Amino acid sequence: MTGGWRIFGMLAPLLLVLAGLFGLGLGLTLMRSLRYLPAIGLTEPDLAAYRAVLTAPRFLASVVWSLWIAGASSGISALLSLGTALLLRHGFAGRGLLLALIELGLAVPHVVGALGILYLFSQSGSFARLAFGAGLIDQPAAFPALTHDPYAIGIILLYVWKEMPFMTLVLLARLKRIGPGHEAVARSLGATPWQAFAQVLLPMLLPSLLVATALVFAFAFGAYEVPLLLGPHAPEAVSVVAWKHHTDVDLSARPEAMAMAVLVFVIAGAVLALGARLVWRLGGFSR
Amino acid sequence: MPLLILGIWSVAHGWRFPALVPGEVSFAAWSYVLSSASGVGASLGLTLSIAVATAVIATVISYPAGRALGRHRFPGRFAVLVLVLAPAVLPALAVALGLQGLFLRLGLTGTVSGVVLAHLIPALPYPTLVMTAAFAAFEPEFEHQARSLGARPLQVLAHVTLPAVAPALRVGAALAFLVSWSQYLLTLGIGAGKVQTLPLVLFTFATSGRNDLTGAVSLVHLLPALLVVGFTLALRMFHRVGGGRWSVPGVGG
Repeated sequence: MTGGWRIFGMLAPLLLVLAGLFGLGLGLTLMRSLRYLPAIGLTEPDLAAYRAVLTAPRFLASVVWSLWIAGASSGISALLSLGTALLLRHGFAGRGLLLALIELGLAVPHVVGALGILYLFSQSGSFARLAFGAGLIDQPAAFPALTHDPYAIGIILLYVWKEMPFMTLVLLARLKRIGPGHEAVARSLGATPWQAFAQVLLPMLLPSLLVATALVFAFAFGAYEVPLLLGPHAPEAVSVVAWKHHTDVDLSARPEAMAMAVLVFVIAGAVLALGARLVWRLGGFSR
Repeated sequence: MPLLILGIWSVAHGWRFPALVPGEVSFAAWSYVLSSASGVGASLGLTLSIAVATAVIATVISYPAGRALGRHRFPGRFAVLVLVLAPAVLPALAVALGLQGLFLRLGLTGTVSGVVLAHLIPALPYPTLVMTAAFAAFEPEFEHQARSLGARPLQVLAHVTLPAVAPALRVGAALAFLVSWSQYLLTLGIGAGKVQTLPLVLFTFATSGRNDLTGAVSLVHLLPALLVVGFTLALRMFHRVGGGRWSVPGVGG
């Protein structure tokens, strides 16, 4: 048996980097958010920054908006990826190529995808021009605002475009593991195709689906570049508001920025913890 | 696909609403972007070296970590796994802000090494998880048999272990590369505007209103990522078709 110290040694570099950088960074943010800054004489931690942040309508509006983006993106992606995975489940000519293309698509940086969406769907973008050509609109402003709009349609579109393939791959891998055996048994016992799906397959897929959805949700909630590029002037995504506060000339805004960052972290963490709890309730991942 | 439109924009000249296709095709945008005046080339090199450095360091760290996590059931394993997963799934903003203060004190802000260190945080989880899975699936028997046949530990490593986990190492490295390649906020925060990686440069162009330049730079930003993933995919398919070693020679089936 390998000694405990040997294991620790193997893990040490990882722990050093992650616990060190991640933990220290986080700890510092937390301290600053509590207005604990010995450097400028603040030695009494307090919740003033949190109070200010939680009562600011701008921040609260951002939270709601970001939650909307995250929820819509992850929800739509989940549904689409479920349907797609079920469709692609069985082998067909060109399936390997399609899967390879999907994996290749995962390499596209979010900013690049966002710019593409912008040039296609903005009011002066390609689709607007198509509409003009078809005589449906007579000027750019007449085209529905799909980017820089308060419903974040462009942003949601990008996230779905980017994350749906990822979720499809996850589900396909899971479907492969599950295999067709269970449904076949159900069918042989007299279940209809719908029953075989809803009562046999779906419960087995749900943990993976939930985990993937939670991951996409947490990511979309805390993202920065995409909302900055495709979002309207107001409301702004939480990360954008926090960063703006952080780079404010007024240094007293710093603790508020830290508080916002901590809250974003906590909310995302809560979503993931909820997802994990649900998965655990559902019985976890059966081999 | 959105990518196509970026390509079209990069060669468009004076393409205004409501024209469906650019009236003029010009490569002026590309020649500017590829010239040294635009700074894109320098940024490309910088971003590449940072991403490669991140990938290498992350892969090297993930090997022993994955081995420990994949093979041994030790107390605290779950906690470590959660710690490993956390930076990948939780927003980096909270860490970035505090890290900035820490790095400021250490003199690491505005430096490339500071940025690489920062990139390691979101990059490490992926290769570690991949290596954990790889080692969990790797039969220790192979190593034991090789040792019992008289092989030295270094030989075992080179001829038994490494070839077996090589695909996972490649995937892990590719993932770490991609994470570093697309980083924006972390680079902005730690680099303090001095470390101009491609995502930052791209952003500047994107907000400049010059769609042709932006289109070109986006494709420059896109290409290496596609190449890295494409390369990994191709290697995987090559191995599957029977070119590589999937069975350890000498060990009975």
